[in-house]
Amino acid sequence: MLMLEAIMLSVIAASTPLLLAAAGELVTERSGVLNLGLEGMMIMGAACAFAGTDLSGSVVVGALCGVFAGVAMSAIFAIFTLGLAVNQVASGLALTILGTGLSGLIGAGFVGQRITPAPQLHLPGLTDLPLVGRILFGQDAFVYLSVALVIGIWLFLYRSRTGLVLRAVGDNHTSAHALGYPVLKIRALAVLFGGGCAGLAGAFLPLAYTPFFIPGMTAGRGWIALALVVFASWRPGRLVAGAYLFGAVSILQLHAQALGLGIPSQLMSSLPYLATVIVLVLISRTRGISGSAAPASLGVVFVPDR
Amino acid sequence: MKKWNIIAMAAVLAIATATFGGSYAAEKLKIGFIYTGPIGDLGWSYQHDVGRKAMEKALAGKVETTYLENVPEGPDAERSIEQLARTGHKLIFTTSFGFMDPTLKVANKYPNVFFEHATGFKRAKNVATYAARFYEGRYIQGQIAAKISKTGVIGYIVSFPIPEVISNINATMLGAQSVNPNMKVKIIWVNSWFDPGKEADAAKALIDQGVDVLTQHTDSPAAMQIAEQRGIHAFGQSSNMIKFGPQAQLTADTDYWGDYYTKRAQAVLDGKWASEDTWGGLGSGMVVMAPYTNMPDDVKKMAMDTQAAITSGALKPFKCPITDQDGKTVECKGGDQLDPGQILSMNFYVKGVDDKIPGK
Repeated sequence: MLMLEAIMLSVIAASTPLLLAAAGELVTERSGVLNLGLEGMMIMGAACAFAGTDLSGSVVVGALCGVFAGVAMSAIFAIFTLGLAVNQVASGLALTILGTGLSGLIGAGFVGQRITPAPQLHLPGLTDLPLVGRILFGQDAFVYLSVALVIGIWLFLYRSRTGLVLRAVGDNHTSAHALGYPVLKIRALAVLFGGGCAGLAGAFLPLAYTPFFIPGMTAGRGWIALALVVFASWRPGRLVAGAYLFGAVSILQLHAQALGLGIPSQLMSSLPYLATVIVLVLISRTRGISGSAAPASLGVVFVPDR
Repeated sequence: MKKWNIIAMAAVLAIATATFGGSYAAEKLKIGFIYTGPIGDLGWSYQHDVGRKAMEKALAGKVETTYLENVPEGPDAERSIEQLARTGHKLIFTTSFGFMDPTLKVANKYPNVFFEHATGFKRAKNVATYAARFYEGRYIQGQIAAKISKTGVIGYIVSFPIPEVISNINATMLGAQSVNPNMKVKIIWVNSWFDPGKEADAAKALIDQGVDVLTQHTDSPAAMQIAEQRGIHAFGQSSNMIKFGPQAQLTADTDYWGDYYTKRAQAVLDGKWASEDTWGGLGSGMVVMAPYTNMPDDVKKMAMDTQAAITSGALKPFKCPITDQDGKTVECKGGDQLDPGQILSMNFYVKGVDDKIPGK
């Protein structure tokens, strides 16, 4: 295997969970809801996906369990923040704490179990192509799904009427409400969608990335995904760039260390964060490309007056 | 209204005192544990928890244990340690290097509680330290790696540049060089004790760069699993990881804390606890090698001979003279080997390590 190909494969694996989780959060935030419970929903997705796979023997069933767990977690969040108009920041943080604890409880019986990881695509001829074969035609379903998801989200947000309504709700819920749109219902659906994506991102970890379950195995990826949404200024295209840039620098710094270049490892470890922030800030400052698409009503509680 | 509140509070206080009084009457020694990882990490924290359970079993009826897992290292750990001290725990084990200063701070506030800090070097009247000589096992691993590796390069995934980690890298290399003086090591710092994804990525990067034997000083079995997938060999860390690498694991440096925990709890029960420094290795059973697997018989024999020699004290991994990576001879403070202080505060690489200690 060529070095470049090997590096690319590692980069894709490292970027996929970030992209999946961040894509869902982007839709949630575009509707005006800030859900800081990403890490908690992801780790619940990981625990339930592994449990489901171990019990059923099927990765598909497992992945669905993960998605369901994410949706269920986000439903709790929706009840509190939308139904009861509780502060979103506090509820999101509580959701992460809940998810961390609950996933440990659910996963406790599955620590140390082994499963067959998600299969990788194999198309005779195509997958064996030099250099690009395994990168394009030899991935697992999660990777293809993550790409399809972002394209779907872009089409939805910018090319569909419902997407326009969702953005309107996120930018000015009072006006959207006055026009007769069901603000809370749209937000609830966006929150559930975000939860499902986070669950899927969590499922990727024990089903494909490192096929075992250990409590806390998300190791902060939810927080990184959350930051990516902000630095991508709420735009799907930039989100892909950000997630892959972060993944690429994370992997490259490991290779640079193994080569023994003598650069302090603390600096190397912080490079992915530095590089991603700098590049995305530069992109949003470039003239000709419109800047941030921050939803104006992000995090603001909405209580319908009638 | 106010008056009623005061009466109610008094009642609550009375009940609380009564319950606490009751629990003290049972005379069970309450023992607390602070873990930095989840007990299910299958590595470091897991082994400490195995030790806790062994102690609970050995002293059944006499002790009661509590543990707090996932406690971040650093100043914030103080709250968790203090919480245990405040809730009647008379003996508290803080099981990671980064709990050193927080432990001492809390110990200063609670002079009647005994503390035991793992892998540190600061003690006080009521703070003892304990550690295992993992480097003894690492020396054996280095020898095995040198025999098994075809590329002559060991891959080493590490967490933080603390003395324990550095001394383990050095012991591995000294072992490897005793078999093949030209052995090389590639080192990746992941700056985390526990991040399965990152550990797996580091393992992949090392293998892609030509490593065919992996070892790690991080806590999850992710690297072992990658080694199994890629068909190379690896050493388990802290606990036996053979389940994750049935064809890959050569052996593992495993820690057995149970006997030590039982001994120390018994000392508190007998009123004989004293602050001291315990440093057990293969000889005392604190470090146990997992079965030697996936290697030819002659390599296995060599490993077992080395293990016996280290156990008996005939072979000393840090035997002088030792040359550092710049070619300077290291001062020998312990007669014919480095003295414990030098090993516990090690801050240099031995000759043949082509890396820079981060932050040095």
